[in-house]
Amino acid sequence: MRIINFIKAFLLIDFMKAFYLAQKYFFRSKATINYPFERGKLSPRFRGEHALRRYPSGEERCIGCKLCEAVCPAQAITIETEPRQDGTRRTTRYDIDMVKCIYCGLCEESCPVDAIVEGPNFEFATETRKELYYTKEKLLDNGDRWESAISENLKLDAKYR
Amino acid sequence: MLSFLQTYIIDILVIVLYCILIFIPLLLGVVFALYADRKIWAAVQKRRGPNVVGPYGLFQVPADGLKFIFKEIIIPDGSDKVVFLIAPILTLALSIAAWAVVPVQAGVVLSNINVGILYIFAISSLGVYGILMAGWASNSKYPFFGALRSAAQMVSYEVSIGFVLVTVLMCVGSLNLSEIVMAQKNLWFFIPLFPMFIIFFISALAETNRPPFDLPEAESELVAGYQTEYSGMPFVLFMFGEYINILLMCALTTILFLGGWLPPFDIFPLNEIPGFIWFVIKITFVFYIFAMVKAFVPRYRYDQLMRLGWKVFLPISLLAVVLTSSILFFFNLAPGM
Repeated sequence: MRIINFIKAFLLIDFMKAFYLAQKYFFRSKATINYPFERGKLSPRFRGEHALRRYPSGEERCIGCKLCEAVCPAQAITIETEPRQDGTRRTTRYDIDMVKCIYCGLCEESCPVDAIVEGPNFEFATETRKELYYTKEKLLDNGDRWESAISENLKLDAKYR
Repeated sequence: MLSFLQTYIIDILVIVLYCILIFIPLLLGVVFALYADRKIWAAVQKRRGPNVVGPYGLFQVPADGLKFIFKEIIIPDGSDKVVFLIAPILTLALSIAAWAVVPVQAGVVLSNINVGILYIFAISSLGVYGILMAGWASNSKYPFFGALRSAAQMVSYEVSIGFVLVTVLMCVGSLNLSEIVMAQKNLWFFIPLFPMFIIFFISALAETNRPPFDLPEAESELVAGYQTEYSGMPFVLFMFGEYINILLMCALTTILFLGGWLPPFDIFPLNEIPGFIWFVIKITFVFYIFAMVKAFVPRYRYDQLMRLGWKVFLPISLLAVVLTSSILFFFNLAPGM
């Protein structure tokens, strides 16, 4: 055995094998995704940036039940509500502190009207912390901007819920 | 008196011009070597390597260089400032100086001295001083350990490189690099001296601190070895010195074993291609193997490194010297006898 090992070491057989392997991998296709130009596939369940959705009529979905505020483990959500002129209860304040948020998705799951959702967007880095304190306007705006992608994802994931 | 001055000034200008003619291609070579090194390393690991700056990332290395030039040169408080700054300059200057005797084509060489191989051997031995000075002057423990390792490693592997050179020189009968190439006109030396070729290649890896022998700058143990305290321009000088040394070792492998500027077969389309193109192709090939080796070998432990140098390569190369000389003697093949 020792003699065989000696001959193997002397003739650099393991080295040649390694070289062959490296050469084989040299021509393999790259594993790296060329990120800003190519993107990886996201699951419909992907939990990214939050958004507040509207009904097709333009009415906001959120009814101010505060379930999401209660369930939020990071206590990132702050909600204040008031009755509107037509008698329905609506939020006057809906803030999410994106710095506190742990992106667990419990708010999305607790919501009875699918108002607060986590969309597929994950590129919302900012230059200051202040910009990461999302207000109701910002969240509704997100909802308008990502509505097509969000509703598509909700439809795809519906059968598993 | 005036004509005397004139002749000398013109001579000096011509020498300076020749130096630039060597230095500029060398600089370009280093830039491409750095780029190729990173690309090959990346490809083996299924990564892309630099591909953002310029077409195919070709400008990544100049961009890095520019960045380093504009960085602050930090000189540690407790360091020996003069030696600290001389060390990188010495490393670069010595690695460039060795190129003065490298023939790129028949008759195209800066100084065709008749002890060229000895000159290169001496210069590359001096190269260890730059590293030692850097390690000592930094006045810090990691550079110091790096320098100690580097000194021991270079000394050990130069011994076996020396004996490999002796076997080649016995087959040639001359120390002149151009004559060494011309002696391979019929048969490149890597065929009859194949074991020597392998030993020379591995020792060249050790000489240039490439993996698996990169102990002087083992980042997992010594941060960056002797370069730890360096930043900005001095660091670039080290980097350049290192890569010029690597190219020199590739060139030496080419000259000693792969027939220098000679085409592989002396037939029509091949021998019409200019010699320096063959030379560059061969250097590129050797460098490719250098880069591939870096991609797949783990680092040696220090005692294994010393064992390989003194207990394996030294006896084998000594034996090879005896064998080669006896064969040359008994079959009356030795040139100049």
